[in-house]
Amino acid sequence: MKALLEAESVGHSYPGGQLGCEDVSFRLYPGEVLGVVGESGSGKSTLLGCLSGMLEPSNGIVRFDVGGQGLRDVFSLSEPERRLLMRTDWGIVRQNPRDGLRMNVSAGGNVGERLMAVGARNYGNIRNEALDWLTRVEIPSSRVDDLPRTFSGGMQQRVQIARILVSKPRLIFMDEPTGGLDVSVQARLLDLLRGLVRDLGVAAVVVTHDLAVVRLLSDRLMVMRQGRVVETGLTDQVLDDPQHPYSQLLVSSVLQA
Amino acid sequence: MTQKSLMLQVRNLRKTFTLHGRGGVQLPVFNDISFEVSAGECVALIGSSGSGKSTLLRSLYANYLPSAGEILVKHHGEWVDIASVEARTKLEIRRETIGYVSQFLRVIPRISSIDLISEVAISGGMSSEIAIEVSSALLRRLNLPEHLWNVPPATFSGGEQQRVNIAMGLVRPYPILLLDEPTASLDASNRESAIELILEAKSRGAAIIAICHDETARDRFADRLFDVSQFKAAA
Repeated sequence: MKALLEAESVGHSYPGGQLGCEDVSFRLYPGEVLGVVGESGSGKSTLLGCLSGMLEPSNGIVRFDVGGQGLRDVFSLSEPERRLLMRTDWGIVRQNPRDGLRMNVSAGGNVGERLMAVGARNYGNIRNEALDWLTRVEIPSSRVDDLPRTFSGGMQQRVQIARILVSKPRLIFMDEPTGGLDVSVQARLLDLLRGLVRDLGVAAVVVTHDLAVVRLLSDRLMVMRQGRVVETGLTDQVLDDPQHPYSQLLVSSVLQA
Repeated sequence: MTQKSLMLQVRNLRKTFTLHGRGGVQLPVFNDISFEVSAGECVALIGSSGSGKSTLLRSLYANYLPSAGEILVKHHGEWVDIASVEARTKLEIRRETIGYVSQFLRVIPRISSIDLISEVAISGGMSSEIAIEVSSALLRRLNLPEHLWNVPPATFSGGEQQRVNIAMGLVRPYPILLLDEPTASLDASNRESAIELILEAKSRGAAIIAICHDETARDRFADRLFDVSQFKAAA
């Protein structure tokens, strides 16, 4: 099987020399879910920025299997190519739904917009597909024409997910997908994400500080500290038999619920 | 079976836990374990509590990372060292070659028992209708009351959870089965159903490695015993 996403010695330093992340390498295959954990400042969000085309790495190469045509350096794509990639093959679930949604456009419009961006023009089809996706993420059809700002945080997050999935991406990036939500809402969102990832076979990179989230969603885990990857392995192996001192500290710091 | 076909070869396996938070203290579990298991054969791991039986079983499933040695698994006709192969292949081996019945149920929360079991079957390429049918038949044989099928096992009794566990491990015809106390916390009649299922798996050619303190049950399905405590590593 061919890799979908490949990071080769990816590193990023911010102006002033502040280290974001350093020497990160991995391969992600279709349908695989990779979790990235670490404390605040460990470089996981910087890494996600580099992987998802938003932040050009200072070192290393990020490659993606663009349109199934083989791996290409994401940062050597032309601007239109990269934007198309972000609207079709990729989806980015942001921690704050306000960053991923247009708050002055209806929920249905938010979802339909992604379809129009890839060329859909028939209003009836777009609306039906938007409705279908909003139903799948459990947004009542009576709320389709409402603005996202009238929704709860959990609902906004689900609209964001529908907006992303409608274009049938092959890879989703998630940055703290359950951050800022109540525990019960988190649980439902996680169930939903897990079901969607499994049913649609999309690959995902999930960045979080919540070990329960990766235990549930990810096949593989990468533990980061001070910008570097200190341990990788199967998620259950890293959580049940962590090798690196920092992974051990991280796992032992969690209260067993 | 005319010729024994090997399914699993463990070679010079060692496991030592290093606790970095405790000043790097070393907890040796076992050292230099080697054994083999063939198709249709059941090896029971024995040894006192703390001798490392569960640690060995978890290592065979790549849940624990061995400190040294090899665990060669016959996967799609090839020998693969599950201890050192890349993560993607470990997952594939778990999906297709090795089934695991754990002592403590660790499942995805909020999912009904029947869905947990049929998901395993579906992951092996079964259609969802057939998967539900097969899972139902299995739960019926294991005597799990039908009103519990659509309930997540979190609130179940130990024996009820154990039956969900067994069903999850046996719903697919894995070539290799790891069983950690499959009959513990089951009453006599349920234990009998579990034993029958294990014997059926064996006769279809599964290579089985089991931990089972219940000697009566163990004698029914184990062909030989393997004493883990003799490999106790020196501290």
